[in-house]
Amino acid sequence: MSKAIPHGDIGRPASVVTEGSRVRWLLIGTAIAFLALFLVLPLVTVFVQAFAKGWEAYLAAFTEQDAHAAIRLTLIVAAIAVPFNVVFGIMASWAIAKFEFAGKNLLVTLIDLPFSVSPVVSGLIYVLVFGAQGLIGPWLIEHDIQIIFAVPGIVLATIFVTFPFVARQLIPLMQEQGTAEEEAALTLGASGWHAFRTVTLPNIRWGLLYSVLLCNARAMGEFGAVSVVSGHIRGLTNTLPLHVEILYNEYNFVASFAVASLLAGLALVTLAVKSGLEWRYSADIAAGARGH
Amino acid sequence: MAQSLRPRRRFRQPSVIPGFGLTLGYTLTCLGVIVLLPLAALVTRASGLGLSGIWDVATDPRVASALRVSFGVSLLAALTASVFGFLIAWVLTRYTFPGRKIVDAVVDLPFALPTAVAGIALASLYAPNGLVGAQLAKFGIEAAYTPVGIYIAMVFIGLPFAVRTVQPLIVEIDREIEEASATLGATRLHTLVRVVLPPLIPAVLTGFALAFARGVGEYGSIIFIAGNLPYVSEIAPLLIVIKLSEFDYGGACAIATIMLGISFVTLLAINLIQAWSRRRFGYV
Repeated sequence: MSKAIPHGDIGRPASVVTEGSRVRWLLIGTAIAFLALFLVLPLVTVFVQAFAKGWEAYLAAFTEQDAHAAIRLTLIVAAIAVPFNVVFGIMASWAIAKFEFAGKNLLVTLIDLPFSVSPVVSGLIYVLVFGAQGLIGPWLIEHDIQIIFAVPGIVLATIFVTFPFVARQLIPLMQEQGTAEEEAALTLGASGWHAFRTVTLPNIRWGLLYSVLLCNARAMGEFGAVSVVSGHIRGLTNTLPLHVEILYNEYNFVASFAVASLLAGLALVTLAVKSGLEWRYSADIAAGARGH
Repeated sequence: MAQSLRPRRRFRQPSVIPGFGLTLGYTLTCLGVIVLLPLAALVTRASGLGLSGIWDVATDPRVASALRVSFGVSLLAALTASVFGFLIAWVLTRYTFPGRKIVDAVVDLPFALPTAVAGIALASLYAPNGLVGAQLAKFGIEAAYTPVGIYIAMVFIGLPFAVRTVQPLIVEIDREIEEASATLGATRLHTLVRVVLPPLIPAVLTGFALAFARGVGEYGSIIFIAGNLPYVSEIAPLLIVIKLSEFDYGGACAIATIMLGISFVTLLAINLIQAWSRRRFGYV
């Protein structure tokens, strides 16, 4: 995203195509102050509150059984949802980017749909299908299968909210790369799978890694959708964000912020790796900003 | 296209690349099971209520007030995010200053930080005894547990949308046009308002619509700071959760349908803006 600007004279104050230096510093100051107040301060607060009563209180938050269960569940959910969306994203972008077919734009729009649905509604629709009063709820009860208020529901809701992440990153990237290289590999006798593994995959690896990173951050941090389908059963269906909520509502602020600091740490690592990838491989991650 | 030479349109143009059936089939199956089927369940349930049923729920005073809070505050927050988002995008692309790359990375923080974490952090910052809340209290402003708190949370989550939709277009502005404008005697402000700004308007509007849609649907970062007082600071997504916990599936579906309807209108608006932009300026 932070593309190099093709002109070299931007920093020069005397240029006619920039603002006076006083105006410039005023604007820079305003932008940084706004970001500091609205974005950085909340992040810092998480850590300040987490360590408000010292290291021991901080660490005590993680000795609880429920915290362990929440960490375990969050890891399990991400371990299912992220690979699922990676496979889906690769399949979808292969079909969409390598072929021309009718209704393609509609398909892309539908894949993007979960981004425009409120997290709470994302949870609700699964309750409507799998809940006790849901579409196939009675059948599930008869066969003693529990999806809502259980782990499968949490996994499904997480897959839904992260559904477009990998696909929407890879589709423009693969479209930009075209089909010439794959066609060459096929002409030389490679099988389709072989061509994908040795030609396509190396071409998209940075974009793929980038999208996996963002998908994972969302999968581990999802709150609204998961909260609706989870039922908040301590030790069983609580993910880390839900555990944060419970502790906070119990006025156990230090523990709540301690667990939150774990998620904030994950967000920071995600941002750092993401920015690193952008600085290094920006052309290999995203297709041109203007699309086609 | 070569297709016009053929007597009939084909569903797919011929290609030597294999795997079309497999990948498209898999894509459609996943899309159907994960996205379309559950959404259809909502539409079915809502159509069972009928328009009058949905209208009854929407005009219930508590629901109407929650919808008003959600949409009204989100509009204000998206407006704020658009103004400051534009400023931030401008500063990040046009000026060089120490730490610019870090500032650029910070913009994405709301994308990466889980909403519940942002929620409790904002709540503790803006609480009457919090760092910022105590300062605001001196001026008689109560942020936490009022719509002001909702506004702050919505600005937080909407900001990256506003910045990231405008930023790539500022990068691509042809600076020779600005030079021409300056050469022809326009002041810098005049150039900015009359030459630089107009082509950026579609992107600003798109960013605004995205931030607005996100704000309306947002839940996690708002509920902690909002205080959730019915008729005052209760948002529509929370009301869905409340209706669900009361097993009032019909009510929950009605509110969800109204919200979905609004986000589709927003999406449509974004598409229209981009179509208009393509005609007017030749790009999205």
